[in-house]
Amino acid sequence: MIELLQTVHQMGEGLLGAAWLPVWTAVKIFAIVLPIMGGVAYYTLAERKILGFMQVRPGPNRVGYWGLLQPVADGIKLLTKEFIIPSGANKFLFLAAPVMALTPALAAWAVVPLFEGGTLANVNAGLLFLLAMTSLGVYGIIIAGWASNSKYAFLGALRSAAQIVSYELAMGFALVCVLLAAQSMNMGEIVQGQQSEYGLFGWYWIPLFPMLVVYFIAGVAETNRAPFDLAEDESAIVAGFHTEYSGMGFALFFLAEYANMILIAALTVVFFLGGYLNPFHGWGALGEFTDQVPGLFWMLAKMSIFLFLFLWLRATFPRYRYDQLMRLGWKVLIPLTLIWVVVVAAWMQTSLWLW
Amino acid sequence: MNFETILFYFFAASAVFSALRVITARNPLHSVMFLVLAFVSSSGIWMLLEAEFLAIALVLVYVGAVMVLFLFVVMMLDINIEKLRKDFLQWLPAGALLATLIVVQMVWVLGDKAASTGMTAVKHAADYSNTKELGRLIYTDYVYPFELAAVLLLVAMVAAIALTFRRRRDSKRQDISWQVNVKRNDRVRIISMPATKKNEVSGADEAHAAD
Repeated sequence: MIELLQTVHQMGEGLLGAAWLPVWTAVKIFAIVLPIMGGVAYYTLAERKILGFMQVRPGPNRVGYWGLLQPVADGIKLLTKEFIIPSGANKFLFLAAPVMALTPALAAWAVVPLFEGGTLANVNAGLLFLLAMTSLGVYGIIIAGWASNSKYAFLGALRSAAQIVSYELAMGFALVCVLLAAQSMNMGEIVQGQQSEYGLFGWYWIPLFPMLVVYFIAGVAETNRAPFDLAEDESAIVAGFHTEYSGMGFALFFLAEYANMILIAALTVVFFLGGYLNPFHGWGALGEFTDQVPGLFWMLAKMSIFLFLFLWLRATFPRYRYDQLMRLGWKVLIPLTLIWVVVVAAWMQTSLWLW
Repeated sequence: MNFETILFYFFAASAVFSALRVITARNPLHSVMFLVLAFVSSSGIWMLLEAEFLAIALVLVYVGAVMVLFLFVVMMLDINIEKLRKDFLQWLPAGALLATLIVVQMVWVLGDKAASTGMTAVKHAADYSNTKELGRLIYTDYVYPFELAAVLLLVAMVAAIALTFRRRRDSKRQDISWQVNVKRNDRVRIISMPATKKNEVSGADEAHAAD
């Protein structure tokens, strides 16, 4: 895969010279963003189908065979709907908020390694960049809530802001453990640090299992998904921060939410489940056979586990109460991560550290 | 003029413009958003100086956490902008004086050829990790000042909480671990009742059963 990309790169450089670099970067950006958008569209269908099956009903099955054209129909509907700006709303910020929600969710993909050497930007402080990008997503939500000039939207925004800031701490500390174990903040090196002759037993999910759980729970809370979807609590505050949005503005918030979910799934895989590594590497003949499979396949296969988990959680758990949510974040997850940072740091000094 | 210089001027201009808008914007929320822009611009300048750790930490800490809380507070406060505007000209001379003083000091320190070391900045290789270097310095050569600063911050935090925290005696609170650990027998009581025949049931119950 790398060889093919490099041939294309050299050919393009010969053809366009100095102008090639921006063109090549743009091509790479499109190659990452367009599949994410497609993934988001079909993830919504998967969500409705899986929720349907879990509740013993067929889910969408009218548009296209097995409902496969449903996302297209939804997209057309949202695009052609009227976009209403409420009176008394701050027009500029009201329009800017959905964009501010979506941009960080897509920008974070720049440092995610999709296959070996397959990152858009191989940044040294990649992990830090990711934390910075995921922490920016909250602006879209707060600004949307405030600019709508609506009580429900504002209450939703306040809830969401407090929730995201709280769970970011737990997330950050969980990643400190990963960075201790990998001794690098470069995403590619974090994945390479999990390479071993023991296949999936060499990944960080074994020594850092509590952190995997904490990271994923914090990820669910960060993306405002059930059971932590207090920001859009229908029974209490209508639809939360996007109450006043219609048409494409509403669609952008949904794109941002689902893009964030896919991002969290990808990051969990990169940090704890060896990213694009083959789970059977070094397992005799099975390992040699499966080594032929491209890394992108393993990456996507592992991501789909967590994407399914998001939906499973939504179908299974009732919504948290707000004080319980705050208690879980501050009194359970953060102390646990703090303890585990010390445990991992001490563990790594002993000969018992095998990773 | 190479691409890096163009970037520097872009970030610098954006930082100065947004800093000015922070104090001139009519809406306090716009001021906060411009302050965010100022932070992001200065983070870009730091990135050009190859200080990627500081640049990203600035975005992570200030933009991602501190400014969110700022935004939170500004949204909920009822700020009378007209009243704030009225005193603007009155305090302008004092502010201008202070600003000039700072500029003079900066020019004095940074512009003095004799004070500068005479070294030009050397570009590092692409694999040079600024973060690792910074961590090594902080936790070896400067470990005592660093720990001292950390303790100072902790003391300030504890003091702020101790000064402002009021425990209300009459407030009702929930013990969540008690709620979670509740057993069925704490809430439900199962009573064994003898079965009754239909003609023993009273008239009111009969009417109820009919509908």
